[in-house]
Amino acid sequence: MKILVCITHVPDTTSKIQFTDNNTKFDKNGVQFIIGPYDDYALARAVELKEQLGGSLTVLNVGEADTEPTLRKALAIGADDAIRVNAHPTDSLFVANQIAHIAKSNGYELILMGRESIDFNGGMVHGMVGEILGMPSFSPVMKLEIDGDTVKMAREIEGGKEQLEAKLPLIAGCQEPIAEWKIPNMRGIMSARTKPLQVVDPVSDEVATSVSNFQLPPAKGAVKLIDKDNVEELVKLLKNEAKVL
Amino acid sequence: MSVLVYLEHADGAVKKSSLEAVSYAKALSDKLGAGDVVAVGLGSIVNDELAKAGTAGASKVLHVSDERLTAGIIQAHASAMAEVYKNVGASTLVLAKSSLGDAVAARLAVKLNAALVSNVVELPETSAGYQVKRSIYTGKAFAITEVTKEHKILAVKKNAVDLKTDGASAAVEAVSVNLSDADFAGKITATDKAEGDILLPEADVVVSGGRGLKGPENWGMIETLAKELGAATGCSKPVSDIGWRPHHEHVGQTGVKVAPTLYVAVGISGAIQHLAGVNSSKCIVVINKDPEAPFFKAADYGIVGDAFEVLPKLTEAVKALK
Ligand SMILES: Cc1cc2nc3c(=O)[nH]c(=O)nc-3n(C[C@H](O)[C@H](O)[C@H](O)COP(=O)(O)OP(=O)(O)OC[C@H]3O[C@@H](n4cnc5c(N)ncnc54)[C@H](O)[C@@H]3O)c2cc1C
Ligand SMILES: Nc1ncnc2c1ncn2[C@@H]1O[C@H](COP(=O)(O)O)[C@@H](O)[C@H]1O
Repeated sequence: MKILVCITHVPDTTSKIQFTDNNTKFDKNGVQFIIGPYDDYALARAVELKEQLGGSLTVLNVGEADTEPTLRKALAIGADDAIRVNAHPTDSLFVANQIAHIAKSNGYELILMGRESIDFNGGMVHGMVGEILGMPSFSPVMKLEIDGDTVKMAREIEGGKEQLEAKLPLIAGCQEPIAEWKIPNMRGIMSARTKPLQVVDPVSDEVATSVSNFQLPPAKGAVKLIDKDNVEELVKLLKNEAKVL
Repeated sequence: MSVLVYLEHADGAVKKSSLEAVSYAKALSDKLGAGDVVAVGLGSIVNDELAKAGTAGASKVLHVSDERLTAGIIQAHASAMAEVYKNVGASTLVLAKSSLGDAVAARLAVKLNAALVSNVVELPETSAGYQVKRSIYTGKAFAITEVTKEHKILAVKKNAVDLKTDGASAAVEAVSVNLSDADFAGKITATDKAEGDILLPEADVVVSGGRGLKGPENWGMIETLAKELGAATGCSKPVSDIGWRPHHEHVGQTGVKVAPTLYVAVGISGAIQHLAGVNSSKCIVVINKDPEAPFFKAADYGIVGDAFEVLPKLTEAVKALK
């Protein structure tokens, strides 16, 4: 089976978010970048499926040259080759058009993504790619098994989950517990250095949105501590001061 | 031109976040002179429920009663909404951000050649261009986003707007759409849902427990307090990873993002990944035996103490209030 996994290159979940250039640019200073946590689940499941069914596993990122270490990490985890579309990914529609173009020319049977990126939290690239390609898309998928040309999935719905069946090809936006994150081993890291990483130019420059500037939320005031032997006081404050009861 | 609103419903009731989306659409229409607010409900749901969209600000409600749309099948919902959007002659679609809403909106954006902005927290600014403020980096920042297409889809973040309750009642009109087999590519074979519970992503009050509670057998304390407060229950990631609580209760960066008026965190350290899921709460109360727990920095009120001592007392104090 031919599998494509689309990964984002995002600030580590513990990063302090700051901006520079008059709040128009993300401040990369001191920030560690990682594979998006949901994309990492998708990748882990894809590696398992490849081990089970054979075939090939390609990872794709739309991003500038500084995302290559993240792609190499995905190769170390188990992808066979990587593609980078050389462009700054500011807009979901732009990213979706790039992914759809590459998917169309390579005929992947299964396209896995994360349920959402943790920088833009859109949760929309999988749906857009699905619509552009005329392919069904499912999200958030927490279990995915292949049985011939049938894909058996569990999808999270509010307050529970549903079991689904659909035919290949399809797109899934993944989340835990679809698989456990995989940590690259030494052999993986060594072999990743020589695996192919192809850089291609973007196909269109159509965007639907652009960011004019960023803002940070106002700082939080200090906590009000209440003595543990006086919880009635807390309830009073919640009622009369915070007015939330 | 008019503003269309996609309504989601669960267990026979229109979701509160969808009604907030209606109120947002009404405020948008008042601000920009964008015309009627038309809400759309898909699948089996009674007219009385749909009519609530009127109170929230809609002037009309359309109902596509096709049974097959009761389940949240992404493609079918997108096709149905696209057809209604075109028939109504809308220029903007508003919806509540949710995992289903996002996926439906994404497909709609391509179908309608519309610009989609997700996680919207304020009304657009239109003095020069069309700018929308949206939340990014899981609530850690905002992006002022310029929209460059004529058709717009805005997915509104929960609790970002005040729910309007003084609107006039709206008439519910049945409409039908053409759906093809391809719209139903996924077959749902089973659904497994906790009935009657308050849905965590929608909840107004949330009581969450962390590893500090020591084991699943101690969750009774959390549930009793939640019941007293009319709250939903949540947990930290390790708690759902070890299986003390179901996965859909896990709050945080990689779990549910909640936006309640009151969030009570018990025995949770307050790791940055957990905070990312709760930073839209109006008021945060932290109970932790460690005064150095990072969660206190993000809290409005805190009690330094043992959960096993404090929780029962708190439950009694809440009871006494009534
Ligand atoms: C990529 C990534 C994504 C993540 N996403 C999430 C996420 O979405 N959500 C999430 O929650 N975590 C997430 N995590 C994990 C996160 O980093 C923390 O490990 C986790 O939140 C800690 O859970 P906890 O507070 O329950 O446990 P602990 O850190 O073990 O804290 C337990 C707390 O309970 C207190 N305590 C102990 N006994 C008592 C008592 N008797 N009474 C009162 N207090 C007591 C302790 O003082 C302590 O503060 C993520 C991690 C990574 C790497
Ligand atoms: N720049 C990108 N390159 C590759 N994949 C992406 C990119 N942006 C988003 N994706 C994929 O689309 C998913 C959803 O992203 P989003 O719609 O931004 O929340 C992510 O989890 C990735 O799998």
